[in-house]
Amino acid sequence: AEAAMGASGSVLPREALAEYQELTFLNKQEILLAYKRFSELLPKEERDNACATRVPKSRFLMLPELRANPFQHQICHVFSTSDVRDGSMSFEDFLDMLSAFSDSATLEVKSHYAFNIFDFDGDGILDRNDLEKLVNCLTGQGEESRLSTAEMEQLIHNILEESDIDKDGTINRSEFQHVVSRSPDFASSFKIVL
Amino acid sequence: KDNEEEESKEEESHSQQNSPSRRKNHQRENNNGKRAGAEGNRQRERGKKAPTKDQKESENKEKKTNKKAKEEENKQKADRKNSTSSASSNSSDEESLSEEELAMLMEQVEQKKKLISTMRNKPWRMVKKLSVLREAQAFVEKFEGALGKGKGKKLYAYKMMMAKKWVKFKRDFDNFKTQCIPWEMKIKEVESHFGSSVASYFIFLRWMYGVNLVLFGLIFGLVIIPEVLMGMPYGSMPRKTVPRAEQATAMDFSVLWDFEGYIKYSALFYGYYNNQRTIGWLKYRLPMAYFMVGISVFGYSLMVVIRSMARNANESTADGDDNNFIFSWKMFTSWDYLIGNPETADNKFASITTSFKESIVDEQESNKDENIHLRRFLRVLANVLIICCLCGSGYLIYFVVKRSQTFSKMQNIGWYERNEVEIVMSLLGMFCPPLFETIAALENYHPRIGLKWQLGRIFALFLGNLYTFLLALMDDVNEKLAEEDLVKNITHWTLLSYHNSSAENGSAATPPPLDPADVPRGPCWETTVGIEFVRLTVSDILVTYITILVGDFIRACFVRFVNYCWCWDLEAGFPSYAEFDISGNVLGLVFNQGMIWMGSFYAPGLVGINVLRLLTSMYFQCWAVMSSNVPHERVFKASKSNNFYMGLLLLILFLSLLPVAYTIMSLPPSFDCGPFSGKKRMYDVIQETIELDFPLFVAKIFSYVANPGLIIPAILLMVLAIYYLNAVAEAYQRANAELKKKMQMQREEEKNKRNNKATTNPMLQDLEDLLSPSTNSESTPKQAEDKKVESPNRTIPAEKQGKAAVLDSSPMMGGRGAPFAPPPRVFMTQPPMLRIRAPYPGQLRPRGHLPGPVPGWGRGQPRY
Repeated sequence: AEAAMGASGSVLPREALAEYQELTFLNKQEILLAYKRFSELLPKEERDNACATRVPKSRFLMLPELRANPFQHQICHVFSTSDVRDGSMSFEDFLDMLSAFSDSATLEVKSHYAFNIFDFDGDGILDRNDLEKLVNCLTGQGEESRLSTAEMEQLIHNILEESDIDKDGTINRSEFQHVVSRSPDFASSFKIVL
Repeated sequence: KDNEEEESKEEESHSQQNSPSRRKNHQRENNNGKRAGAEGNRQRERGKKAPTKDQKESENKEKKTNKKAKEEENKQKADRKNSTSSASSNSSDEESLSEEELAMLMEQVEQKKKLISTMRNKPWRMVKKLSVLREAQAFVEKFEGALGKGKGKKLYAYKMMMAKKWVKFKRDFDNFKTQCIPWEMKIKEVESHFGSSVASYFIFLRWMYGVNLVLFGLIFGLVIIPEVLMGMPYGSMPRKTVPRAEQATAMDFSVLWDFEGYIKYSALFYGYYNNQRTIGWLKYRLPMAYFMVGISVFGYSLMVVIRSMARNANESTADGDDNNFIFSWKMFTSWDYLIGNPETADNKFASITTSFKESIVDEQESNKDENIHLRRFLRVLANVLIICCLCGSGYLIYFVVKRSQTFSKMQNIGWYERNEVEIVMSLLGMFCPPLFETIAALENYHPRIGLKWQLGRIFALFLGNLYTFLLALMDDVNEKLAEEDLVKNITHWTLLSYHNSSAENGSAATPPPLDPADVPRGPCWETTVGIEFVRLTVSDILVTYITILVGDFIRACFVRFVNYCWCWDLEAGFPSYAEFDISGNVLGLVFNQGMIWMGSFYAPGLVGINVLRLLTSMYFQCWAVMSSNVPHERVFKASKSNNFYMGLLLLILFLSLLPVAYTIMSLPPSFDCGPFSGKKRMYDVIQETIELDFPLFVAKIFSYVANPGLIIPAILLMVLAIYYLNAVAEAYQRANAELKKKMQMQREEEKNKRNNKATTNPMLQDLEDLLSPSTNSESTPKQAEDKKVESPNRTIPAEKQGKAAVLDSSPMMGGRGAPFAPPPRVFMTQPPMLRIRAPYPGQLRPRGHLPGPVPGWGRGQPRY
C-alpha cells in the first residue's frame, strides 16, 4: 500500500483512507482535510508524493494551529518518527498527532501523549527539570510573567505533594494518568482541530 | 526485551528443525497444483488449531513487542503452518473440522476483529498500527470464510458480509452527518482567537439554529403550506381580506413595517386560517393540524432540551469537586490547545501565571479572616445594589406599560408614544447588563462563576420585563374579548339586515354575497398577540444588530483610525476595543427563543423570521467578533457542559409554555378568525376529530380515559414513579460519595504508608547495606562516601529534622552530643544483627554525624 500511495499522486488512495479511518479517531473529511493541509506545507514539486515525504520541523510549525502553542517543539518531537530525531513530520505522524488531539480520542491516548509532551528530556518520568520547563512554557516568554525562583520552588513542591504518590520526587506515567484522568477539562482542552 | 530475544532465538531453532518438513510440504503442494489452493486453505486452518495456545500468547505479546518482533512472529506462524500441514498430509482424509477446532478458530477470528476495532485506542505509531492491522485483516479474511459448514457456511459468510457492509454504511453515515454540520470552520476560527468560552456561544447558536429549523419544518410543512396551497384563496372571505377602511394604506411601507395591512391578513398570522374542518382534495384536517403542531412545537423543544441536558450531565458526572489536584490540574490541563492566535496566547500566558501566583498565595495563607469578611461584605453589597437595579427597572416597565395603556386610548399619538414600551425595554436590556458587570467587579469571582452570576441576574431582569409585558398584553386581550362580544352582535345583525334587505329587493334571485371587505369583524385578539410578538422579535433583532454595529464595529473603527491623531492611546486606554459579551449574547438568544415559543402559536410565520435571524446573526456576529473584538483579558475555558445555558433555556421554555397553555385552555377563541373560530375552546378540535373521524369505540375509550377517576390515579402513579426514581438516584449518589470517600481514604493511607516508608527507608537501606556482603560500598568506596553524605537528605522530613538540628546545636555540638545519641541507639538495638554495633556509641563518632539522625550510622560502618 505504501507504494500505491506514492504512485497515485496527490489524492489519497481509497484503501489508505479506509485504513486511516480504522486506525485513527478521525473521520473521512478530517483525514482529507489533513491531507490537503499537509500537502500545502510541501513545496509544489513534492506534492505528488505527499505520503512519503517528510516536512521539516521549521515548516511544520508554520501551521496556524501550532503557531501559538508553547509546546510546539515538544509536540513535533513526540509525534515525529524521524530516524535522525530532527522533529520532521511525515503524513502518518501528522495523522497520529491529529488523532491524539481529536475530540473523540480516549483519555488513555490523550494522557499518554500528553505525558510524552511534558516529558521534555524523554526519560519516561517528569522530574523537577521537566516541571520547571513546563511552568516556563505555560507562563510564556515575557519577563514580567515569569515566576520567581521561590514561587517556582513552591509550585513544584505543591505539585509533587499532590501527585507524586510514591514519593520518589518525580511523577511517573501512572501517577500522571491518575491525576489527569480525574480532571474535568483535560479532555476538552487537549484538543487540536484543523 | 531479553525475553523477546530469547524467544526469537527459540523460534529460529524451531524453524531450522522444521525446514525439512517445509521443503517436503512445498513439493507436495506443487504436485497437487490447483487443488492445493482449496485444500491448503483447509489444512492451514487445521494447522492453526494446534498451536492456539502459543498463538494467544503471541497475540498478547503483540501489544508489547515492536515491529521487529512482529516480523519474527510472522515467520513463526509460517513455520507452524508448514509443519502442521505436513503433519496433516499424513492423515489428509479428515475432511471437516471438529466442533472444538471450529470454536477455537472462531474465537481467534473474533479476537482479531476485536483487535482491529480497538486498535485506534492504542497509543502506537501509525507504522506499527498499519502493519498489525493488515496482518489482522488478512487473518480474518482468510479464516472467516472457512467457518461454518455447508449451509451454515454460506449463512455465516453472508452474515459476515452484511456486518462488514453495515460497518461501512455506519461509517459513511457518520461522515455524512459530520459533513452536514455547518460552520465548523467559522467556529474553529473564533475558538482559536477567543478561546472556548466565546466559541461555546456560537456552538449554542448553531444548536439553536438546528432546533429552529426543525420547528420551521414542522410549522411550514404541516400548517402554512397546506393552507396556502389548498385553503381558500385570499379575498374569498372576511378573515382573509383587508377591511375596506384599511385598504387604502394596506400596502404602505410604514403600515407593513408595523405588521398591519396585507401582512396582518396573511398566512403568517393566526387570524388568516379558516375553521373549515377539511381542506382540499386531500381532506386535510387543518384546524386539527394547527393544534397538534402548536403542541408538538413545545413537545419537541422540551424533548430536545432535556435530552441534551441529560447527555451533558452524563458527560460531566465523572468528577467535579475534587480538591486534591488543584496545582497539578493547573499545571497539566490549563493550556487550551485550540488557541491559535498569538495575542490570545499571550493573554492565556498571563492568566495562567496569575492563577499560579494566586493559588500559591492562597496556599501560603489559606485562612485570611479580614479579607474574607471584606469580600463577603462586598458580595452582599453588590447583591443589594443589583436587587435595587432590578426593582427599579421593574417599576420603570410597570410605569411605562401603565402609561401606554392611557396612550392607547388617545387618538393622535406620535411614534415615540406608540413604541415607548419597546424602547424602554430595549434600553434597559442595553444598559443594565454592563451596569451589573461593573457591580460584579466588586465580588471578584472566578470569571467562570462570575459569568454564571451575571447570567442569572440578567435573566432575572429580562424575565421581569417579559412578564410585565405579558401582563400588559393580557389586559389588552381581555379588553379585546369584551369588545368582541359587542362586535359579534353587530356582525350578526349586519349580515341579517343585509340578507333581509336583499330579500326585499330581489325576492326570487339569490342575493349577491356581501363583499368580504365590508363585513364588520371582531378584533381577533390572537392575531394581535401574534403581531405583538413579531414586533418585539423584530425590534430585538434590530437593537441587537445596531448595538453590535455601533458598540463594536464603529467603536473599533474609531479606536483604530482616530488613534493616529489623539492625545492618548485609544487602543490601550479608555475606549479600547470591545470584548465579546458572552453572557448578554447567550441570554439574548435564550429570551429570543422564549419569545418565539410563546408567539409561534399565534404567528406561525414567527419561526421563519427566527430562522432568518439566527442564520444572519451567525455570519454577522462571527464577522463582528473577528473584526472588532479583542480576546478577554482573562481567557477562561468554558465549563465542559453548557448545561447552564440549557437550564436557562428549559426555564424559559417552561415559562413560555405557561401563558400559551393558559390562553388555549381558558380563553374562548375569536368568533370570526382563526382555525378554531366557532368553538368554545381551542382544544375542542380534538374532541370533534375523535367524534367524527374515529370509530365509535375510540370515542368511548377516549371518554373513559378522560374520566377523572382514571386521570387522578395516573397522575398519582406518575408522582410515585418520580418519587421512586428520585430515591434511587439519591441512593446512587450517596453510594458514589461513599465510594469517593473510600477511595480518598485509601489514597491518604497509601500516601501515609509511603511517607512512613520513605522515612524508614534509609534505616532499611542501612540494614541492607550491613547485611549484604557490601559489594557496592567496597567496590566503589567513593560512591559509598557520597551516599553517606547524601543520605540525611534523602527524605524531606529527615532533611528538615537534620537541618533544624544542625542549626540548633552546631555551636556546642560536643556538649550536646550525648543526649542526642540515645534515640538512634535505641532503634539500632532492636534488630538482632545490629547488637554488634552497640559497642560503637554515638559519642565516639565525629561531630557532623550526630545530628543527622539515623542514616549516617550504618552507612559509614563498613568503612571502619
